[in-house]
Amino acid sequence: MLRIDALDKRYKTGDHALKGVSFTVERGQVVGLIGPSGAGKSTLIRCINRLVESSRGKVLLNDVEITGMSGSGLRRMRRRIGMIFQEYALVERLTVMENVLSGRLGYVPFWRSFLRRYPQADVDKAFALLDRVGLTDHVDKRADALSGGQRQRVGIARALEQDPELLLVDEPTASLDPKTSRQIMRLICEVCRERQLPAIINIHDVSLAQMFVDRIIGLRAGEVVFDGPPDGLDHAALTEIYGEEDWNQMRAEKEEDARDEEDAAAFEATRRERMEGIA
Amino acid sequence: MPVTQTPSGPVWTRRTTTEQWASWAGWLAVAVLFVISWQVMNTNTIWSFVDDAPRQAGDLLSRSWPPRWSYVGNLWLPLWDTLNMATLGTLIGTILAVPTAFFAARNTTPSVAILRPVALFVIVASRSINSLIWALLLVAILGPGILAGIIAIALRSIGFIGKLLYEAIEEIDESQVEAIRATGAGGWQVLDYGIVPQVLPAFAGITVFRWDINIRESTILGLVGAGGIGLQLQSSLNVLAWSQVTVIFALILVTVIVSEWVSGKVRTAII
Amino acid sequence: MSATPPVAGRRWRRPPLFIQSRLWRWVIYSGVLVYLVLAVGSLEVDWQRVYAGLERAQRFIGGFLVPDFVTRSDQIWRGMVESLTMTVCATVVGIAISVPIGIGAARNIAPWPVRVVCRAIIAVSRAFQEIVIAILFVAMFGFGPFAGFVTLSFTTIGFLSKLLADDIEEIDESQAEATRATGAGWWQIVNYGVQPQVMPRLIGLSLYRLDINFRESAVIGIVGAGGIGATLNTAMERYDYDTAGAILLLIILLVMAAEYGSSHIRKWIQ
Repeated sequence: MLRIDALDKRYKTGDHALKGVSFTVERGQVVGLIGPSGAGKSTLIRCINRLVESSRGKVLLNDVEITGMSGSGLRRMRRRIGMIFQEYALVERLTVMENVLSGRLGYVPFWRSFLRRYPQADVDKAFALLDRVGLTDHVDKRADALSGGQRQRVGIARALEQDPELLLVDEPTASLDPKTSRQIMRLICEVCRERQLPAIINIHDVSLAQMFVDRIIGLRAGEVVFDGPPDGLDHAALTEIYGEEDWNQMRAEKEEDARDEEDAAAFEATRRERMEGIA
Repeated sequence: MPVTQTPSGPVWTRRTTTEQWASWAGWLAVAVLFVISWQVMNTNTIWSFVDDAPRQAGDLLSRSWPPRWSYVGNLWLPLWDTLNMATLGTLIGTILAVPTAFFAARNTTPSVAILRPVALFVIVASRSINSLIWALLLVAILGPGILAGIIAIALRSIGFIGKLLYEAIEEIDESQVEAIRATGAGGWQVLDYGIVPQVLPAFAGITVFRWDINIRESTILGLVGAGGIGLQLQSSLNVLAWSQVTVIFALILVTVIVSEWVSGKVRTAII
Repeated sequence: MSATPPVAGRRWRRPPLFIQSRLWRWVIYSGVLVYLVLAVGSLEVDWQRVYAGLERAQRFIGGFLVPDFVTRSDQIWRGMVESLTMTVCATVVGIAISVPIGIGAARNIAPWPVRVVCRAIIAVSRAFQEIVIAILFVAMFGFGPFAGFVTLSFTTIGFLSKLLADDIEEIDESQAEATRATGAGWWQIVNYGVQPQVMPRLIGLSLYRLDINFRESAVIGIVGAGGIGATLNTAMERYDYDTAGAILLLIILLVMAAEYGSSHIRKWIQ
């Protein structure tokens, strides 16, 4: 069970990202976290596993307080929380198996991870998970050789390899096509139910969220403005969360991505020149 | 605004008047700087020597040709030394450059206040000083021989590899690192899984590229006594044996072309 | 792998990073090992000489920590002025020659006979070290900064023309195409379709080259081509390590300043 109590986050830049957020998530419950860009969704789930430090408030996982831990305590806590990322965040140049096994990093000593000599039990678990997500044939492929949907499956396997007690999922479908998005969402929700895992899923796509999750929390400007079952999310609630103009904002983000890709080609040319330049 | 309204209608010019003036002023400054530099540089130039250059070149050519090909037999051992200087120098330089780069990169340095500036200074100092100057110093300290050459090459390589590597480290995709950290990995594990795989191809490319440059540089380190084929070049120059110099240049050229080819092959194989 | 694999006990090993074939991996790794043993074995180090040199090393480090700018300040000053003027002249002249050659060497805008000639010039200029070229030019033009100027101008061509040609070959063809579609002539295509795309890069490259030329100007003096390198060489021959340390510090400072300045100009332009 996850309990969040009056969580507050103010960035150094002055942005007040979270304003006293409180809720609890029961075992096996899948929560969809929706809200416009900049509402604090990413900050919230990163405050839970302390990739971002909260300013005030408490987070408790199975009655153990997470906020305030440090050093090896923090490591042991993090390994109990699996995380799935927006752009997959796989280590692109490592193989699928290495990526999945990296879920054990919080458990094994450095020499084992360095030599890639994981305990056989970990390897067995990794094989079983790859079977479960349907990637048995891609074990030794490099992660950057996979399609988007396959990469996200590796991301799921990596998170489950941690034997998590909680799953944090950050925009799992943002870079996927509609069909793959559904498959991935279905897979995530299935495994959560199989393992009685509580999960928090940040998601842009409201209808997709309604299709799969048990409960929806709407965030706006760092505050919870909706908390209830998916069918309770009517037009009024949506306007409360999103307002009217935010759809434009999302479109602008897409255009930015396209520009980034153009820049990448120019970047390659510059890099070669730099090598020559400082020779 | 490039468009101005005049009684006879709008007029378009490429730049505004101020921009135009700034651009002209820039060019003028470059021209003036060039003229002054030219004057100062040539205060002691003896122009009759310069006028004489074509004749000198012809003379040089006639003395260099035909090359004394039999001399090539004396060059194999120095060539071996040259290759060793470049390779061992690159190896040692790389070993020293890797920690320097990690200290210098903003996202991996253990201490922003002390270690990072020190590492950046090491990199800049190593880069500013050409390997020939390093060799000059080291020959004075260690005596002539290829040890001085190896260390000279190594010291110069630290800056090159260190700079390119630390920039590669600063450019990595942080989300991959974040994902590894989220699994509960410790510092060294984050380095091993999150950072090293991302910079490994860049690192290999940089190292091989530097090795290629080092082969070139090590061919001339002998001029200041650091061993290798440059030593032969120096002694041939001292006795004005230009026909031997031709042979040495030819061998250097072949070596450089081969090393460039090898490094190109290796780099495409890695990336 | 269509059959369901046994759930437990499946081994996994990391696939090799570089060479997939086991045999070749062994051959190459052991070859490297043998080479290293041979290379290190053929090192002849006179440890007594090294030991004797430690005292000099100490003096040198002392000279570096307490540099002497004063005693030979006139020579240092003259060397620096020579180096800087050499750098400026060589960069300006080098760029002026490199640009037409670079354009002539680009596959997408130059006809092939021109291209072959230009690529050949580039290849010659890149093949040899600055030092080697300096030796030849010193023999031709006599000692002094003029030979250094010619050397640096010549090596600038190899650097700048090649990278410029590569940049031109990588431009967005559709822009040149669009210019051509308006019925523009060759010069107009270069001016409108190509130049705007490569200009910022050309300026960036020129600034890099300014940097490089200064650093090289500090070296070619060793073979008689003038500049601060000649002063440094003299100081070393006189065992005057305090002056040598001062010169090295000056070089480092100037390179740092040049790098800092040129990176600012680059940012400002782009």
